[in-house]
Amino acid sequence: MTLVASQFITGISIGAVLLLIALGLALTFGQMNVINMAHGEFIMAGAYTTFVLQKVFSDAGVSLLVALPAAFVVAGLMGVLLEILLIRRLYARPLDTLLVTWGVSLMLQQLARDVFGAPNVQTRAPDLLTGNVHLWTGSDGVELTIASNRLFILGLVLVCLVALTLVLRLTPLGRRIRAVVQNRDLAAVSGVPTARVDRLTFFLGSGLAGVAGVALTLLGPIGPTMGTNVIIDAFLVVVVGGIGQLKGSVIVAFTLGVLQSGVEYATTLSVAKVIVFVAIVAFLQLRPQGLFTVRTRSLA
Amino acid sequence: MSGLTIRGLTVSFDGFVAVDGVDLDVPPGDLRFLIGPNGAGKTTLVDAVTGLVKATGSARFGETELLGREVHRIARLGVGRTFQTATVFEELSVLQNLDIAAGSGRSALGLLRRRRGVPDDVARALETIGLTGRLDDLAGTLAHGQKQWLEIGMLLVQDARLLLLDEPVAGMSHEERDATGELLHQIALERTVVVIEHDMDFLRRYARTVTVLHAGKVLSEGTVAEVQADQRVQEVYLGHSTSTEGAA
Repeated sequence: MTLVASQFITGISIGAVLLLIALGLALTFGQMNVINMAHGEFIMAGAYTTFVLQKVFSDAGVSLLVALPAAFVVAGLMGVLLEILLIRRLYARPLDTLLVTWGVSLMLQQLARDVFGAPNVQTRAPDLLTGNVHLWTGSDGVELTIASNRLFILGLVLVCLVALTLVLRLTPLGRRIRAVVQNRDLAAVSGVPTARVDRLTFFLGSGLAGVAGVALTLLGPIGPTMGTNVIIDAFLVVVVGGIGQLKGSVIVAFTLGVLQSGVEYATTLSVAKVIVFVAIVAFLQLRPQGLFTVRTRSLA
Repeated sequence: MSGLTIRGLTVSFDGFVAVDGVDLDVPPGDLRFLIGPNGAGKTTLVDAVTGLVKATGSARFGETELLGREVHRIARLGVGRTFQTATVFEELSVLQNLDIAAGSGRSALGLLRRRRGVPDDVARALETIGLTGRLDDLAGTLAHGQKQWLEIGMLLVQDARLLLLDEPVAGMSHEERDATGELLHQIALERTVVVIEHDMDFLRRYARTVTVLHAGKVLSEGTVAEVQADQRVQEVYLGHSTSTEGAA
């Protein structure tokens, strides 16, 4: 019993990381239908922002708290720049967008190598986020714990998710974003500045990638290729979840996390990966449109 | 009140000329019907005036040139339009649809502030279009005719001074048509209205003036009686006539 619970908790924490890296993409790819291969490098930018800030503020806790909004802004501005310079000229040309943003992704990786060096770097975690949090002691005496950094990430993803949902549902900006997604022409003739809404949406989505980058510094080293390592997972979550729906991404991220952790316990890491991918392929055969779908007159 | 003045408006798609040098004067406060066979260029003309397709020539609203401006800028100048087949934001509520149309000039910070209650102009529009009771329903759940009324309501809260309506009564029942016709008459008291419509009965009852488009050009213009009496209009619509020039 405790074993199942412990695997479930591991799964949830894997899912939280998955969701955090996919959340921004759920906005730019899921809502705007822009295939941005450089999204992973925005995550990397968030991670390096944390690294730089830790040089400035010696206290690991302070630098982490400053890094969260800073990384959001840094990655968000990179996203806006990319949108203005390239992506807006390529709307409705998904393949060209894919190639161009992939090129940008390679350039950003090289830039990171030139600035920070090819070897990985590491940040120190605040003392509060090292060690485990005790959750519960089972009747068999086995203790159920969760790593405190993973608990922090779980909290962070919940905060991001709630904030994003509130912005999309309650604010006029969110209404405009949804209006442009649903019908670009109608939004424009209703007086909505669609180009500006696109930029703001891209800022939000890219900024969330930066926040994910900060979270990843708690789990592992920071390197030029860290974005590439997670971008596939992020796209998987959004595609399987269904384009244009946040709730799909949420469900899929946590399901994949639990599935991964469960299968991994029974087998090995690589076998678990294979089985999860096979499960995804099978699922997409049955439901090519993903878990949830929304009817839109989309960009592509 | 301002009118619409179009001079030499031309729209071509890859060499196909959809609108071919159209001159059109809609005086302030007119209720103009735009008719013509399929492919005559009626909708394309409206697309050009609202900036959705590129065009050459000139289209002025009052003294202001519209061509070459961004779509949302034209909308904010007071030019509003509807689309064929009742186009609203289906996944948003009725109130949210109206809010989008109402909030065109909102500041960046204001975009993040949630407003409470229903603003006066939105409440008035809801009353006018008879959807007060459906405030929080998704627009996609409305009946066809109600969606078309919601479109008109969006133009009212947008405070459009020139309304370009693309087939506003298509698919409506007789009662709904009459109600819409009366509403258009009301609106035309203080705004300029252009209606694309195929329904000849509706046109006879509510049009103040009529322009007939054919193959991208203006074929005839005048009152309902004048246009109906026009030989060329009969040719285009009936495909035969007493003249020797043959079918169109």
